[in-house]
Amino acid sequence: MNNAAIKETAGSVKLGQVKKIRSKRWETPVTGYLFLSPWLIGFLLLTLGPMIMSLYYSFTDYSLLAAPNWVGFDNYKQIFTDDDVFPKSLKITITFVLLTVPLRLMFALCIAMLLNRKMKGMSFYRTMVYFPSLIGTSIAVSILWKNIFSRNGFINDFLGIFGIKGPAWIADPKYALGTLIILMVWQFGSSMIIFLAGLKQIPTDLYEASSVDGAGKFRQFVSVTLPMLSPIILFNAVQTMINTFQMFTQSFVITNGGPVKSTFVYVMYLYEEAFTKFHMGYASALAWILLILIGLFAAVLFGTSKYWVFYENQGGKK
Amino acid sequence: MKLYKSSFNHISLLIVSLIMMYPIFWWVGASLKTNEEMSSANLFPKVPHWANFSEGWVSTPNFTFTHFYLNTFELILGVLFTSIVACSLVAFAFARLDFPLRNFWFAIMLVTLMLPTQVTVVPQYVMFSKWGWINTYLPFYIPHLLAGGIGGPFFIYLLVQFMRSVPKELDEAAKIDGCSWFGIYWRIMLPLVKPALVTVAIYCFLWNWDDFFGQMLYINSINHYTINLALKLFIDSQGSVPWGQLLAMSLCSIVPSVVIFFLAQRHFVEGMSAGALKG
Repeated sequence: MNNAAIKETAGSVKLGQVKKIRSKRWETPVTGYLFLSPWLIGFLLLTLGPMIMSLYYSFTDYSLLAAPNWVGFDNYKQIFTDDDVFPKSLKITITFVLLTVPLRLMFALCIAMLLNRKMKGMSFYRTMVYFPSLIGTSIAVSILWKNIFSRNGFINDFLGIFGIKGPAWIADPKYALGTLIILMVWQFGSSMIIFLAGLKQIPTDLYEASSVDGAGKFRQFVSVTLPMLSPIILFNAVQTMINTFQMFTQSFVITNGGPVKSTFVYVMYLYEEAFTKFHMGYASALAWILLILIGLFAAVLFGTSKYWVFYENQGGKK
Repeated sequence: MKLYKSSFNHISLLIVSLIMMYPIFWWVGASLKTNEEMSSANLFPKVPHWANFSEGWVSTPNFTFTHFYLNTFELILGVLFTSIVACSLVAFAFARLDFPLRNFWFAIMLVTLMLPTQVTVVPQYVMFSKWGWINTYLPFYIPHLLAGGIGGPFFIYLLVQFMRSVPKELDEAAKIDGCSWFGIYWRIMLPLVKPALVTVAIYCFLWNWDDFFGQMLYINSINHYTINLALKLFIDSQGSVPWGQLLAMSLCSIVPSVVIFFLAQRHFVEGMSAGALKG
């Protein structure tokens, strides 16, 4: 190799390096941040800032009327050791979540499978089934529920036909939470639509191959549908769990936390502390405990997911 | 056998639909019942009592539901406009522009998608009340103008997914023709993602229409009341609940959502699935 050639290669290597470095530079740093600015300002001002403030308030006795005084861990200590309402509302909320989430997902999946057929009229059925979810958390639907499950509401009239004397539902501490769970389960529409989209993506040859191997309908459901759908089940479970933890309007309007605080869910307690008693510091501590609680539930779902969520592109590792 | 199977499917779906819709049918029927008829198990009354609607509409002293309706629309239209502008700008940044920490900010945005609002609500309330925003619609407009508020991060995410599927050749061609980035956003991207913008508008409308917590927190004079607050007032102010009127008015309150749902069903399903599957 002669000198000239070496020089040339060296030169081209250098040129290549320069090009590489150039391409590493950002093309549009200023324009990028200009376009991003609404969200970035919003994030700093309305999310991150308030989060830090909320954490700070949780260590103070802030009450909106007087300036905050630092009290260390007193709020947390009081919540965990000297607060009768906290464990009760926590228990109610966790019961509520543990019952609502699986029931809602189960219904959503079953109906999605019924709807996942190539038949005429499917969009009509889908509309009917989705309709209750459309009116979601509005106050209107809470009013309807309050009426349906009242002592003389239509549920009891319906039961009366069969000679069953229904309880007072909303006025009965044993059943009040149940009526809220039924409401939440009734509105499974959005999870169902996501399941439906997931079911449509499962390749049909998997079903054909398994039926050639002699798998029945149930076996196909367990060995094909569930594994293929598991990432979506995880997504829906996390989503539903987070929403269920934050349920407020329904219990506020239908039962107002009662009777005897049997539906006094966590967020209602938080609301009462913050906005009727103006215990902003105490309420902030409650909010952070809620955040950690939701985080724990999410961690359990994600942490166990490697045992039950199946990702196709990982070479079929289950 | 095939016919038998498909009719079995139809019957089971029909039963499911009927169970799901029964409370709604009952709602419509009950809104036409007098208070005495309310506890009868018949779906519809013998003689529809239309007065529930006319009397319910003017039941709040000094105000009619027309007023509350207009208030709600004032609130929602402002939120819709600010949300669409802000979220599409931010989505364009994430989908097309190249700037430091882009992936970091995108990840942060996805995390805020799951953040429970309770952690920020107390300081936000303190802030807004210090700025004198209580009893105005600013606590709704401004967060949406900053691509936040109800559904903000979700809308950004949705729009990013759609914008990424638009071929890059289009903006490169425009760039060669001397088009600025804003020009590309305005003249190329926005027209191409119009369906996604419609989806965003629909969800933004529905979720804000349904939101009760925020409205209750920030609006406290009847003059500014939305429909949700008017309904709550209606429940609280009456000793014995006039169920017929209450159900009639609450039925009126969902009419806009229902109309939008039936007009734009396709966008509805697409948006919902895109959120879960494209990610």
